[in-house]
Amino acid sequence: MAQKTVEFALGRSPEMGVDGKPVMGPLAPVDISEPDIESDNMLVNIGPQHPATHGVLRLVCELDGETIVRCIPHIGYLHSSFEKLGEYRDWNQVVPLTDRMDYLAPLIYNIAYVMSVEAMMGIEVTERCKLTRVIMMELDRIFGHLLWVGTFAMDIGAFTPFLYTFEERETIYTLHEEYTGARITTSATRVGGMMSDMPEGWDQGVRDFANGLPNTLDEVELLLNENGLVLGRTQGIGAISGEDALNMGLTGANVRGSGISYDVRKDQPYYDYETYDFEIPIGEYGDCYDRYLVRMEEMRQSLRILHQALDRLKKADGPMDVDDPRISLPSKTDAMNDMESMIHHFKLITDGIRAPIGESYFPVEASKGELGMYVVSDGGTKPVRWRVRPPSFVNLAALPKLLEGHLLADLITINASIDIVLGEIDR
Amino acid sequence: MAEKKSSLDAVALGPSASADTAETPQPPPVTAPDHPSVAGLGAKFPDAILRHDIVAGNQHILFIPPDRNLEILQWLRDDPGQAYDLLRDVTAVDYGAGTPLQVVYQLFSLTHRRALSLKCELPLDALEIESVDSLWKAANWLEREVYDLFGITFLNHPDLRRILMPLDYAEGHPLRKDFPLRGRFTRAEQTRRALSQDLEHYYTEQELDLGGDSQALPPAGKETPEETGLEVVE
Repeated sequence: MAQKTVEFALGRSPEMGVDGKPVMGPLAPVDISEPDIESDNMLVNIGPQHPATHGVLRLVCELDGETIVRCIPHIGYLHSSFEKLGEYRDWNQVVPLTDRMDYLAPLIYNIAYVMSVEAMMGIEVTERCKLTRVIMMELDRIFGHLLWVGTFAMDIGAFTPFLYTFEERETIYTLHEEYTGARITTSATRVGGMMSDMPEGWDQGVRDFANGLPNTLDEVELLLNENGLVLGRTQGIGAISGEDALNMGLTGANVRGSGISYDVRKDQPYYDYETYDFEIPIGEYGDCYDRYLVRMEEMRQSLRILHQALDRLKKADGPMDVDDPRISLPSKTDAMNDMESMIHHFKLITDGIRAPIGESYFPVEASKGELGMYVVSDGGTKPVRWRVRPPSFVNLAALPKLLEGHLLADLITINASIDIVLGEIDR
Repeated sequence: MAEKKSSLDAVALGPSASADTAETPQPPPVTAPDHPSVAGLGAKFPDAILRHDIVAGNQHILFIPPDRNLEILQWLRDDPGQAYDLLRDVTAVDYGAGTPLQVVYQLFSLTHRRALSLKCELPLDALEIESVDSLWKAANWLEREVYDLFGITFLNHPDLRRILMPLDYAEGHPLRKDFPLRGRFTRAEQTRRALSQDLEHYYTEQELDLGGDSQALPPAGKETPEETGLEVVE
């Protein structure tokens, strides 16, 4: 095995210039046996256990010097086959599997799944349930984006925004806990409604959070938006044209950063999103900086939706669950005191609810991009197939293209900028 | 005394079709207007629509012949009246009991704000279909996942290898209905295989080629130069 070596002549005595000062000549390599030292590309393995890959992602990079020639991502280290497990569970038992996927915005996954099942069964949920779900989804969109901004800034060397955003995230954790009893694994939804109505004063807690967040966002933007180091590390890095981004199936802030205004909330509205007053921010150059700006603005737009939904919630004080005994459980008091309700409760829990023969692909806008829940039923109590169209799985597939020709140090920035979560990529 | 049944028996058998569907509720009534692409596709490819379903009230599904998927999808993408520029999803469905596997394409048109699902049915003895990677790059990983979990081969795919399961996974394709939940091998065999993997297991052939001699991996379980036999460069 031959090793190419380069030796430098370090022991030269400097020549004296005309002004009497020594002139340092350039260091010249001597005795090069094989001159083409550039020809040998290097293979570098990053991960799977690397803090900057945001999970157990493994990237094998071919490097020419410090430039990435090719990158081959390897995934599957967290694969636990949720989709297979779902085929052994009845329709409501699948809900806890969904929040284990994107644990950074779990409520969106809970809600998207039951929305798809409800579409297949033809259930129209109550107005109060709709508004609660809209509030939860917007809350978790902010939840996901706050983590993204914090870790993205930390990856490019700015530590302080991470502390600011995590303080706000802590408030959302508390709101999760007040409603569902859990901070991350929320499992808040049931087919036809929610696990319960919201606790007293919960909506006021959301309102307080929504009033306080703009200050934090301003502080973060003050630190990052015109920071020379941030600009240098993000502008022009990982740029992708809108046409390419769409062809590669990028969704969410990644495709909007490239100037394509695709948002499921506007293009295929659900839960009356067309009646809310909000805007879709889009970028111009499709680089990491644009993706950052788009996400910051999306949080502010989500706050607008939150305020509107909270206003509407005041007028919607009807029931939370649909009034259909085949789907909704009786109240706990009835089930414990009344024979018929207890039998009803027992049948629904032991048998599970039944779905008609059919299927449904239902897309929602998650914090990472378009989340599609595809459920297929053969008329029984369990899904024949439950498929999740994972937004970050498809977004990650574009990583090799985004990385081409960039430096190894940019890999960290670009990987952070597309906002992946490995729990959902591997499922 | 009757044979003792364990609750794990059902797990070993695998998921089965729902037996009692007497109480099955009715699907929701169709509320959707006619889909323009269905008429357009029927006019352009007269015998290509094998079946037209409307599910969940307003979602249109077209069954097309699997050997013509590429030309039909290409037309749907390129025709200005259709302009399905986003491939949302490629997946497959197995109903079990020897029924054909279905490959499902979810398309969306940003121009017209329309969604359309297409299905191709593949009999179990001919699990091959043309890849649509040449039309949408998004199909690359999605088709790899279908190949990995269902065993459907996508012809002319640029990089068809397993994606979620290990590259040398020998137990089959996990999302098929005939695949038991705990895998085909015993737990002992699975553990033995997991512990006896050498380093080449973690790299693709492409990567091993690239590494070349200068970055050759030491054989499994050997680390010192005397054991590996690799030359040491001072």
